[in-house]
Amino acid sequence: MINVGIDVGAKNIKIVALQDGKIVSKGHVLAGFETKDTSQALYNEVLKKANISPEEVNSITSTGSGRKAADFASNSVTEVTAAAKGATNMFPSARCVIDVGAEEGRTIRCDNDGKIIDFALNEKCAAGAGAFIEAMGRALEISIEDFGKISLQSNQEIPLNAQCAVFAESEVVSLLHSKTEKKDIAKAVNDAVASRITSMARKVGFEKDIILIGGMAKNTGFVAALTKALETDVIIPEDPEYILAYGAALLTGN
Amino acid sequence: MSKEFWRWKEYNWVNENMDWRTGDIITAGVDVGSVSSQAVILVDGELYAYSSMRTGSDSPKSSTNAMNWALEKTGMTLNDVQYVVGTGYGRVNVPFANKTITEIACHARGANKMYGSTVRTILDMGGQDCKAIRVDEKGKVTNFLMNDKCAAGTGRGMEVFADLLSVPIEEIGDLSFQVEEEPPPVSSTCVVFAKTEATGLLREGWPKNKVIAAYCSAMAHRVVTLLERIGVESDFVITGGIAKNRGVVNRLSKEIGVETLKNDYDSQIAGALGAGLFAKALVEKERK
Repeated sequence: MINVGIDVGAKNIKIVALQDGKIVSKGHVLAGFETKDTSQALYNEVLKKANISPEEVNSITSTGSGRKAADFASNSVTEVTAAAKGATNMFPSARCVIDVGAEEGRTIRCDNDGKIIDFALNEKCAAGAGAFIEAMGRALEISIEDFGKISLQSNQEIPLNAQCAVFAESEVVSLLHSKTEKKDIAKAVNDAVASRITSMARKVGFEKDIILIGGMAKNTGFVAALTKALETDVIIPEDPEYILAYGAALLTGN
Repeated sequence: MSKEFWRWKEYNWVNENMDWRTGDIITAGVDVGSVSSQAVILVDGELYAYSSMRTGSDSPKSSTNAMNWALEKTGMTLNDVQYVVGTGYGRVNVPFANKTITEIACHARGANKMYGSTVRTILDMGGQDCKAIRVDEKGKVTNFLMNDKCAAGTGRGMEVFADLLSVPIEEIGDLSFQVEEEPPPVSSTCVVFAKTEATGLLREGWPKNKVIAAYCSAMAHRVVTLLERIGVESDFVITGGIAKNRGVVNRLSKEIGVETLKNDYDSQIAGALGAGLFAKALVEKERK
């Protein structure tokens, strides 16, 4: 039995193919502007990698803010459902799932059976999402890949007053002008996002185990800032950005 | 360096028909905002001279620059000004101010002078914040609401768009009406996301003016929420830099169904003007 999950995010498209519940192939690509064609191409590629022919596929489930673009899907689920399913299936001990993507963030509280009890969303504001890091990275001339590493080198506590990414960018530039070190500013930026996510986690109420997923889980500086703000550890899956696609694949619609 | 489309014109002005030497009370108001600074000089409570400039990274210097530029064409020096009130986000950084007063109070007082005692609702659309203010017939604040957390609905957001679309910021209002039909507003609230959305629309083949129209209407819609929460009572006026952008103003009026009062005053000096009027009242109080 082959089940495919496709997560069309604001920045990247992720696809996971399962054979009898086990991941046999996966892939991701920048979403760009031709999301429809890009999704289809990635789907073909992921199947090809595992020598699966399209006829063998039993279900294709789409999720993500751009899921409409994957019009070849057989059904679709919300990001909250996909995130909870993916995380709790991988970690049955999960009681709280924190998903921080490029343009959205969500915190979900689950019960012992992986059922969703409550959730909070941010899809309106860059301040609690990867786009915030990206914008500040541009001002700091630090690549998104290096951002976490560089911020970890700092042990300073500089508060970032601005919440809005547009205002924060000016603040970052003035910090640079006043000769604040880049690593300290990078840490302040990660701290700021962590504090936003923590208040979202408080909204739903969190207890262990906490699973952190989404692209931001790869930013080590953010993870450090978040565990400090939450005052507890978080569990990060091996490929945190694939969990929604994985969860979607499990939700076959049958 | 590429052209900076957001960069609006700085200017100063003096009323050539007035002679400050015949005046009794000369006061000034300085409004140091997060994006722009204005200095206004009043002779017996009447507008005599003013300047409007970009706020630099050094607030004390910005306030001094604005004051000096307002004085430039008048032949007077700072010593001739009897009382200075500082206002705005950077009001504590006006070294020559005798007193500071919040920008909410100053905007209300200034709008009362500019548009008359019938004004009941003021929407100040500034560089980095947006305030909805309710006032009485004396220009006294009765209630206010403010957004200073988010760039959506502020001048800074419009500057970002001017740069993105390579359109001088002063032309945005007019261009937004050069469309075949009114497009739906840009759906993202956040300026960062709206930029991505706009780039996508351009790629889809939308003409630039259509994207501008969609953003002006999104900005109008954004501040309507603030106005609805406080309630709009006529007369209604808009002050601040965005008041000069008819692309936003006309769409906002249409959405709430209330016309805005307009006149020849520069909408950006309301705060500084109000500060100058408070300064005059303080001089009169000291004399008593």
